[in-house]
Amino acid sequence: MLDVKSRWTPYWQAAPLALVFLIFFLLPLLVTFIVSFWTYTGYSIEPAFVGDNYASAFDKCFASLPDLCTTFRTYLSTLKFCFLVWLITLLLGFTIAYYLVFEIKTNTMRIVLALLCTIPFWTSNVIRMISWIPLLGRNGLVNQALMNAGITSQPIDWLLYSSFAVTLSLVHINTVFMIVPILNSMSRIDKSLVEAAYDNGASAWQTIWNVIVPLSKTGIAIGSIFVITVVMGDFISVGLMGGQQIASAGKVIETQITALQFPIAAANAIVLLAVVLMIIWTMLRFVDIRKEL
Amino acid sequence: MSEGRSRTFYVLSAIFALYVLFLYGPTITILVLSFQGPSGGMTFPMNGVSLHWFHNLWAGIGVPNVVDALINSLKLGLVVTLLTVVISIMAGYAFRKKFRGSNALFFTAIASLILPSIVVSLGIALEFQLVNQTITGWGDSLVENYADIENPTAWTGFLVWVGTSIQDNYQTLMGLFTSGLGAHLTWTLPFGLLIMFAVFNRFNPAYEEAARDLGASPWQTFRHVVFPIILPSLFGVALFGFTLSWDEIARSSQAVGSANTLPLTLRGLTTTVTTPVIYALGTVTTAVSFAVILTAFVGVLIVQARRRRHGSDAGKA
Repeated sequence: MLDVKSRWTPYWQAAPLALVFLIFFLLPLLVTFIVSFWTYTGYSIEPAFVGDNYASAFDKCFASLPDLCTTFRTYLSTLKFCFLVWLITLLLGFTIAYYLVFEIKTNTMRIVLALLCTIPFWTSNVIRMISWIPLLGRNGLVNQALMNAGITSQPIDWLLYSSFAVTLSLVHINTVFMIVPILNSMSRIDKSLVEAAYDNGASAWQTIWNVIVPLSKTGIAIGSIFVITVVMGDFISVGLMGGQQIASAGKVIETQITALQFPIAAANAIVLLAVVLMIIWTMLRFVDIRKEL
Repeated sequence: MSEGRSRTFYVLSAIFALYVLFLYGPTITILVLSFQGPSGGMTFPMNGVSLHWFHNLWAGIGVPNVVDALINSLKLGLVVTLLTVVISIMAGYAFRKKFRGSNALFFTAIASLILPSIVVSLGIALEFQLVNQTITGWGDSLVENYADIENPTAWTGFLVWVGTSIQDNYQTLMGLFTSGLGAHLTWTLPFGLLIMFAVFNRFNPAYEEAARDLGASPWQTFRHVVFPIILPSLFGVALFGFTLSWDEIARSSQAVGSANTLPLTLRGLTTTVTTPVIYALGTVTTAVSFAVILTAFVGVLIVQARRRRHGSDAGKA
């Protein structure tokens, strides 16, 4: 009797989780896919099966090649942000993780410094973006300092509401998502391996490149996937820090939702999803992240 | 390796220090500027020091109402926290055994974590719009089919009544505690699940076996053995649940319906408010986050102190 009962136990225990993901994740994705083929009127969406939404998402994109249409330009600019933010957060995250694991000698100090990196995440992202205004604005601290030092005669405008500001805030928000998984992989590296490399005459760079990087690969992959997917879909930082002037794949979808063009937004969401999945799939071919879990 | 500090150490320390400055600089700036004097502006220099902008905030800074948004976020955050803890514990238990579909469920949770939030948010909005269209459609067709029927019975009368009440009263199923709650859970539950994996990976089943051998029921085993041991980690799950929900904006953006949460309101205010009152708001929300996190830490400390006082060795390997 006990066996019959316990066989079903994991199912009812997992049921609430499964139900949440079914109703609020899988079904919505399915609905998005279906609606991307529908038509719409001013106040409702109507069942249909048309490719119009995809056609308008890629309006004249292929005909006008090699000139880039709006959609391609938007994706290019999104991918550019993505690559830049990924590269900076990776270099920064790896360096900081390396510092914490290999240069800090006591465990307590390591925990304290790691916590120090996560505390700012206790406050709202929007607040952390507003916080750049008094620093980077026309009358901000940076411009005041530059002018007082005589480096520029008038305030620099591109510090705020610009691609620079968007990149800066995305790096600010996302570096920790690189630090934590890389730290996690790196702290499992047997220190004697590093000493062995050292004893065999490897330089610091050779040790990093041939021993530490390969052994931190899963952490790097997990951090990269997280940062890339967040940046690809971002529309908040791009909106707030770009002064609503810079296009991104996520921002396009948000604008269309605001205009109640749901089917077109859905088509764009599916395109974005496909691009993101392709990036993740490519990364997973290089590393098996299941080892880490 | 060589004794003493190498040059690398100092270079890396400098990089780390700069990173910390980069992390904290902006937040500290608005913390300071929120105490700007009444005649001060959005940037330095400080024109005196005052609580003026906090008074302004308290008096309300017009539409949208910040206090309502704050209360919405707190209520939603608490419900999300509670559900995240309960659902994560149950799922954590489930994943200790093999069951069909466990891999699919796990990868769904991970997918939910990494797919762009705007896509999830739009999907939930579309799903609820379809439900709304369906329900109003039912209402309309009931009235259409039965209102002018030749021989009305009690049953058709009831159907017409249902139809007209849908037409008169039904607005939307979308709201803070339906679509909004769901959207937040798709964000908090993957984190909760991963923490429970870490917890149960380190959990020694011998304690449970001992309890069973002594005749404890599964519930008693959970209540008196497992729960006390995993309690500190549950504070972690709760903390993650609350802070993730408190700060969630991308998934809320389309999914909460007409009620706004605090991050959404804040985002709206950034374009309309041009006084330091927005910094005051930033300081207040930061204070709430810190208060919640400190409460959780104190909770963990109390649990550990109780353990020591009662001389229990629960949780020790």
